[in-house]
Amino acid sequence: MDTTSSEMVKQQLAMNTTSNSSLLQLRDIRKIFARATVDEVTALAGIDLDVYDQDFVTIIGSNGAGKTTLLNIIAGVFPPERGGKILIQGKDITNLSEHKHARYTARVYQDPHIGTAAKMTIEENLSLALLRGQSRGLRGAVSKQRRELFRQNLALLGIGLEDRLSTPVGTLSGGQRQALALVMATISKPAILLLDEHVATLDPKTAETVLQLSDMIVRREKMTAIMVTHNMEIALRYGNRLIMMHRGKIVVDMGEADKKTLTIGDLVTAFERAAGEEFKDDTILLSRRE
Amino acid sequence: MDVGDLFSVALYEGLVYGFVAVGVYLTFRVLAFPDLSVDGSFPLGGAIAAIMIVDGFNPWLATIAAFGAGACAGLGTALLNTKLRINALLAGILMMVGLYSINLMIMGRPNIPLLREVTVFDQVSEWLNGIGVTLSSVHLSIVVMVVLVFAVLAILNGLALRATGDNEQMVRGLGTSTDMTTILGVSLSNGLVALSGALVAQNQGLTDIGMGIGMIIMGLASVIVGEGLFRPRGVAFTLLAVVGGAFAYRLILGTALRLGMDPNNLKLITALLVIAALSIPYIRKKMRHEWIPPAARW
Repeated sequence: MDTTSSEMVKQQLAMNTTSNSSLLQLRDIRKIFARATVDEVTALAGIDLDVYDQDFVTIIGSNGAGKTTLLNIIAGVFPPERGGKILIQGKDITNLSEHKHARYTARVYQDPHIGTAAKMTIEENLSLALLRGQSRGLRGAVSKQRRELFRQNLALLGIGLEDRLSTPVGTLSGGQRQALALVMATISKPAILLLDEHVATLDPKTAETVLQLSDMIVRREKMTAIMVTHNMEIALRYGNRLIMMHRGKIVVDMGEADKKTLTIGDLVTAFERAAGEEFKDDTILLSRRE
Repeated sequence: MDVGDLFSVALYEGLVYGFVAVGVYLTFRVLAFPDLSVDGSFPLGGAIAAIMIVDGFNPWLATIAAFGAGACAGLGTALLNTKLRINALLAGILMMVGLYSINLMIMGRPNIPLLREVTVFDQVSEWLNGIGVTLSSVHLSIVVMVVLVFAVLAILNGLALRATGDNEQMVRGLGTSTDMTTILGVSLSNGLVALSGALVAQNQGLTDIGMGIGMIIMGLASVIVGEGLFRPRGVAFTLLAVVGGAFAYRLILGTALRLGMDPNNLKLITALLVIAALSIPYIRKKMRHEWIPPAARW
């Protein structure tokens, strides 16, 4: 039952995205934590996913569904179990270490403190970000030509960061730091942008701003992005494709055409059918933005 | 010995021990890697330099070899931490303990006198006299300090090294191996410390197996004194301040010794100085009823 409905959804998707080429390919991705102990957890139970060029995928699912584990595997924080494969632009990057994945993927974390270095200035942070994956070890500092590029990119945020290039990042607010982290992730034009619940810790107004900025940058730079969220409304409103995960599997995968007419109620029904069980605790899944 | 003499001796010592201060600044402050292998790599530098000079090698070659040996010790500590995932503090202590035996093995005996050997200091003063320049050790110290500061600065200018100590996860996320930056920083730091050991041995005419005891605290004291005294902003000024701190620290010790302090109490005084410097900010905040997080155990 489980497999048949997800197969159906996949067929729908295949019809929706026909002309584009597959940018990210995940094949039989599994992840088991604390193997052979009483705490053994299957975080990912076989994920097959194709993300196409300029897709903006939103991933939704309850706690423990495996959303963040999936993002961690794409970013190379840890490899999948044997047999799984990750291909980006046709290259097999399954067993490369995290800093080598960074040549293809860029990530904005839930916690603004992880995406930015507090003791360094805005322009120093951006300089590091600009050279993503280009060299190892030593890197030159800020130059005058770069400064203009930084100003242009920051000005698009519209929050005045462009005039504060030499401000230490530690003095910025959470929302400002997250906006900066977003620019840092996108300034070097990575193949895939990973947004990991990146507005979850921000207040509703700032969250809205950062979300719109993310959407604007992804569209303008014609980027391919994957956004993980707890919030159904956000998942419906942004992106051209929606994936729902449950217990380490993809249970719903919808393309743009389906997504347009979808409501939160439909999403819950689709989820129940696909997962083959009633919600026991739907509070988190159903949270709507204030 | 008059006051001017006291000053110039302090400046001179501030130079040679300034390498230790810069090394400790690199690990403790820049990389946030509390590296205790310094206590072992300092006498390692002294041991390599002494044994090579006694065996008739060129003193410059011996000094460079000392730097290389120290860098290898640092490499060992960094590998323990990055590849075997041993806690930084523990990795440094393991290296320090291991180096004690290695240093004894290199030297073959607990101390090697160098008083009758030709050292880099003899060669420099001879060379300077030869071209008719009578630079005092004070001028020389300043020149070497500036060169050192700019050399290290060129490396620190690489933002990745600095960012590693600030936010390791971000650095990896941006495509730089933090294992590499840690290895580079800790190796360079220990190389500088061993270089200092080689220079101190040649300067005082003796390498002793116990010459490294407390060197980490001395380096830390120089860093703290330098930061507190000059309150530098930016990497270049911080480096100068740290070397200045080594000088100020030597000046304080020199003055204390002239005033009749027992040289055996030096380490205790240094330890108390560092304890005071580290705890005063906490006590101040406490009096202002500010919240202070508990100290890290690791």
